[in-house]
Amino acid sequence: MTPTTIPHHARAHDPGPLSARPEHSAESPLSIHALTVAYQRKPVVWDVDYDAPRNALIAIVGPNGAGKSTVIKACLGLVPAATGRVEFWGSPYRKVRARIGYVPQRESVDWDFPVSARDVVAMGRYGRIGWCRPVGASHKRVALECLDRVGLADYANRQISQLSGGQQQRVFLARALAQEADLYFMDEPFAGVDAATERAIVDVLRELRAAGRTVIVVHHDLQTVPEYFDHVLMLNMRVVAHGPVAEVFTRDNLVKTYGGRLTLLAEAAEALARAADTSAT
Amino acid sequence: MHSAQSITDVALHWPTLDELVRTLTLRAGYNAAVVVVGTTMLGLAAGVVGTFALLRRRALMGDALAHAALPGVAIAFLIAVTLGMAGKSLAVLLPGAAITGVLGVLAVQFIVRNTRLTEDTAIGAVLSVFFGAGVVLLSVVQASPAGDQAGLATFIYGQTAAMTVADATLMGAVALVAALAAALLFKEFALVCFDDAFARVQGRPVNVIDLLMMSLVVLVTVAGLHAVGLILVVALLIIPAAAARFWTESLWRMTVFAGAIGAASGYLGSVTSALMPRMPAGAVIVLASGVIFIISMFLAPSRGVLASAARSARLRLKIARDHMLLAALRLGDDSHGARVTINDLARARGWRVNSARAIAWTLARTGHGELHDGSLTLTATGFDAARRVARTRALWEEYLTRCADVAPSHVDYSADLIEHVLPPDLVRDLEAALDSAHTAEEVAA
Repeated sequence: MTPTTIPHHARAHDPGPLSARPEHSAESPLSIHALTVAYQRKPVVWDVDYDAPRNALIAIVGPNGAGKSTVIKACLGLVPAATGRVEFWGSPYRKVRARIGYVPQRESVDWDFPVSARDVVAMGRYGRIGWCRPVGASHKRVALECLDRVGLADYANRQISQLSGGQQQRVFLARALAQEADLYFMDEPFAGVDAATERAIVDVLRELRAAGRTVIVVHHDLQTVPEYFDHVLMLNMRVVAHGPVAEVFTRDNLVKTYGGRLTLLAEAAEALARAADTSAT
Repeated sequence: MHSAQSITDVALHWPTLDELVRTLTLRAGYNAAVVVVGTTMLGLAAGVVGTFALLRRRALMGDALAHAALPGVAIAFLIAVTLGMAGKSLAVLLPGAAITGVLGVLAVQFIVRNTRLTEDTAIGAVLSVFFGAGVVLLSVVQASPAGDQAGLATFIYGQTAAMTVADATLMGAVALVAALAAALLFKEFALVCFDDAFARVQGRPVNVIDLLMMSLVVLVTVAGLHAVGLILVVALLIIPAAAARFWTESLWRMTVFAGAIGAASGYLGSVTSALMPRMPAGAVIVLASGVIFIISMFLAPSRGVLASAARSARLRLKIARDHMLLAALRLGDDSHGARVTINDLARARGWRVNSARAIAWTLARTGHGELHDGSLTLTATGFDAARRVARTRALWEEYLTRCADVAPSHVDYSADLIEHVLPPDLVRDLEAALDSAHTAEEVAA
């Protein structure tokens, strides 16, 4: 492929001067505009511009410390942005938060907390239940259905510390499903999970895509990117490239993102070849 | 009552049975009854509020708050006396205590947010500086013309016996507020304690909810200051909640249990102290909760120390039995009915002969084997069990070689241990996955 044939959105990212950037579309479920985030004087995300396509499974990849989780947290208002603007369907976050679901990193909570799997999933409904009101029967039913969708219906009453790591991850996924959102953010849902959980998560992702939803996933496993995702956002403090996996997930861009760590590149190349094989047959 | 005791009379006064019964049933005089009711209410409130403080990891904040309350008490006294009011009234002193207490908490939060110091460091620093300021101010109070410092020093160790009807009513009101808040805001408190980021994403005002929880801690701490003393009041927040955690996996039950344990501690402590007036009630109340905590820690089912020890002993025995079944299967050349000597089994696994004999004995007891003069023969049940263990193990070894890249974090343990730790349902999943892998391989071939 010569550079002239690459569509604009797939080109290695150079946002150019602010005035020259295209207007963000109100159609896009997520528009990030000139986002910079800094912790303790040190910037971790630098001038990120991104428009997420609708109805797609999008992976955010990049080396450790590239700011993948930080971008998500800044979008959700969990860490303050130094500069920049984030819009969802053309609106600020607080106006559309009912349409946005979130799966935090599993390590972010204490799994010895005295609640059952169903209690945790029901927390996904709290945005719809008023203050001082108990969780009603209909919400409890939705929580059970969501547990069933991740294959944990039998574990509803289990205390969460008695679940395996993969099952805990699925409980978090079920909680996000209970939010019944249109756009989902998932922070490393595949990290350290067993094969059964990985399959369950992939199934849910595909279900969500079939239902017209958009899912943005922080992902660490380059090998599975072509298989699981449609789009990819390659990040290393700044945006290196973004676009459809087939066009953007190239050796060139991987070198730019990961700085040429050969084992990773070899793995990714292997995965790409495998994906090409399956699409050929 | 017992005020006639002289200073040289150091012997404890042991109560009679009659006194005991009358105190326990609140009939040992009006004052004693007021104290018992008041401390019971205080314990109830502290248990309920402490549950959320503990789960939000803010329990020690109560300690900072209590210590930071001391300068407030002294300042409130000085201001009241200057204005010509009755300085020693609780209505004057407690608001002062609350104000500097909250300042202490804010100081801790300021340090944590704006420096790289951790919360425990910040709490330690703030707590001691405020307490030091309080002690200095108490000496100022003592030197002042109106100063009768003895009245204020009771805030350090508490003076339960001096509790008035108004105090007891205050405790009752605090308990009511705590119970109501916990019941009405249960869902919000639980969400913020478990996952505050998720609460934020859903648009819940986490700061407001935190503020409400902290206000309850302030309320209980300040109400408890005069009764239990600022040094020990934090115990009432932490200990009942920590003890309750041992007994249940459900948050609302933990809240109820913590309230009950707190109330029981207050009741038992104040009754004991009414019967033996030489014992300071605040300390006895804390000791009572400590006794309940120790009982909970050791005896609670499932989370208790003894239950955990029994569980891990059972797991070790199961592992040993599985190993012996496998060894018997191998040494018996995989044929049913083969006799294997205990000595051979011990050698095969590196057991001492006595341990091997004990394990073999448990196998015989459960009908897995028969023992005849120093050798073990697997029964049909035992033979089946051994084959099952061998199958699981083969499954794992295959899983590790084939799928290790899928879940590298699961390869932390030796294969020997994993097969005993995995639940049966996961093993079934694994079998299905591997069987389909086998089938795919055969199709490809």
